[in-house]
Amino acid sequence: MSPKPIADDLFTWPSDAPQLIGARCPSCAAMTFPQQASCPRCGAAMETCLLGRRGTLWTWTVQSFEPKEPYDGPTPFEPYGVGYVELPGELLVEARLTEADPDRLAIGAEVELVIEPFRRDAGGDEVVTFAFRPVTEGTAA
Amino acid sequence: MSGDSGVAIVGIGIHPFGRHPGVPARQQAVHATRAALRDAGVEWRDVQFAFGGSMDGGDPDTLVSDLGQTGLPFINVWNGCATGGSALISADSLLRSGAADLGMVIGFDAHARGAFNTDPAAHGLGAWYGETGLMLTTQYFALKIQRYAHDHGISPSTLAKVAAKAFRNGAANPNAWRRTPLAEEEILAAPMVSHPLTKYMFCAPGEGAVALVLCRADQAHRYTARPVHLRAAALRSRRYGSFEVFSPWLAIERADSPSVEAARAAFEQAGVGPGEVDVAQVQDTESGAELIHLAETGLCKHGEQEALVQSGATEIGGTLPVNTDGGCLANGEPIGASGLRMVHESVLQLRGDAGARQVPGDPRTAFTHVYGAPGISACTVLTR
Repeated sequence: MSPKPIADDLFTWPSDAPQLIGARCPSCAAMTFPQQASCPRCGAAMETCLLGRRGTLWTWTVQSFEPKEPYDGPTPFEPYGVGYVELPGELLVEARLTEADPDRLAIGAEVELVIEPFRRDAGGDEVVTFAFRPVTEGTAA
Repeated sequence: MSGDSGVAIVGIGIHPFGRHPGVPARQQAVHATRAALRDAGVEWRDVQFAFGGSMDGGDPDTLVSDLGQTGLPFINVWNGCATGGSALISADSLLRSGAADLGMVIGFDAHARGAFNTDPAAHGLGAWYGETGLMLTTQYFALKIQRYAHDHGISPSTLAKVAAKAFRNGAANPNAWRRTPLAEEEILAAPMVSHPLTKYMFCAPGEGAVALVLCRADQAHRYTARPVHLRAAALRSRRYGSFEVFSPWLAIERADSPSVEAARAAFEQAGVGPGEVDVAQVQDTESGAELIHLAETGLCKHGEQEALVQSGATEIGGTLPVNTDGGCLANGEPIGASGLRMVHESVLQLRGDAGARQVPGDPRTAFTHVYGAPGISACTVLTR
C-alpha cells in the first residue's frame, strides 16, 4: 500500500512525477495553492490546474524549535528548512525544504518538488507531504 | 454638540508588561484603567463609552464588575494585532461624530509561554498547513527579513543593534519586561531561532494592560493642561499580492504591505509628513520587522536602514528615535495591549514625562504603527 498524502487535494499521488494542485482564474489569470473556489483578486470561480515541478528559492529560513500543536511531525524533532519557491510564470508556494543547513541554502537556488515521508499516523501507516529539494548535479531530472 | 473639534488623549494608564503570576489579566486591566482615570482626573461614572480588546485575557466588557456597573455602552473589539488601533479608531469616530464627549479604550492580555499557535481553520486554511509546521509567525518574519536583507543590504550586525537598542531602552523603562541590557555580540551569539534571527531578536508573548481616556479636543482643558491630540488613526487590511503571514502561496507580482497604506492614510488624515515625526513606535515583532516597517511607513527609504542604525540615528538621542520604551522586544507582546502601549509611550514623550528615556528637543509629533496577522496594520499620528 502506498503512503498516504497529508491531505487529498494538495498534490497528484501516487505519481512518479508528482505535481502540486493549484487553481487558476479563467477571468484574471490569478493562481492559488492549494486550489480554492473563488479568485482572491477578482472573485470569479476558479479552475483546477497542475503546477510546475521546478522553481527558484525566493526566500528561506530554518525552523529550529519544535512548533506547538497543531504541528504534528516526526519524533524526535529535527530542524527543517522552510521557503517560498517561485514557480516561473505561476506563483510562489510555501513549502518545507529537504535541506536545513543554512550554508547550503541560498536565494535564487534551483529547487524541485519531491514527496517525502513525514510521519506515521495512528494506524502506523506512512504519511507523506510535499517539499522542495535543491537541484544539484546528479539529481537533475 | 456640533462640528468636529478633533480628539485628545487626556489620561493614560499602564500595568507593567511581562509575567505576573497570580495577577489575572483582567486585574491588570482594572489597574491600568484606574490609573488612566486618575491621570485625567475623572471617575468611571463620567466615562460615556468604552472600547476594549483582549485575545486571551477575558471579555473586556466584564471589567464593569470591578470598575462599576454604570450602564455605559462597553464594546468589545477584537482585530488581531490591530485590536488597540481598532478600538482607538472606534473611539475617535464616536467622539468626532459628536455622539459622546468622553470615553475610554482599554487593551489587556496574558498569553501562554512560547510562540503563538494558531488554528489553521480560523484562517480558512487546511489542517495540513499547521500539521506540517508551516504556520508560525516566527517563520514568516524570518522569511520576510531574509528576502529583505538580500534585496536591501541589511547585515546581521544591524539586526543585533536593533535588539540591543530595545533592551537598552527597556532598561530605562520601569514598565518594561526585559530590563537587562545585552551587547550586540551576545545577541548575535545566541541560538538561532529562525535564520537569520537569533533568540534575542524575537519578542515573546506576554502580559500587560493599557488604558486611555479620550475626549473631544475642545473640552480637553477641563481635564489636563497637556492634552495630546490624536490627529489620525487608520487601519488597512492586505491587498492581493502583498507578502503576509500565514500564506501558503503568494502572487508573483508584489503589492505594498498594509503598513504602507495605513501609514499613508494616517499621515494624510493628520496633514503631517513622515519627515515631521520626532519620535516613532513601530511594530518590532523581531529586529527585522522594525527595519522593514521604518521604510514601509515612510519614515525612511528602503535600503537606508543599515546606515541609520549603524550611525545611531534610531537611538533616543538620534535624529529618528524609534521604540523608545523598548518596543515589543523589551516589553513582550500582550496582543490586546500592545498597540495601545505605543500610544501610551507617545503621550509620555510628547508630555515630556518619559524620564530616563525622554527624547531630547521637546518632541511635538509622534507616530505609532502595528502590523500583524493575517495582514493588517494600524497607525496613529499624535501631536501636542
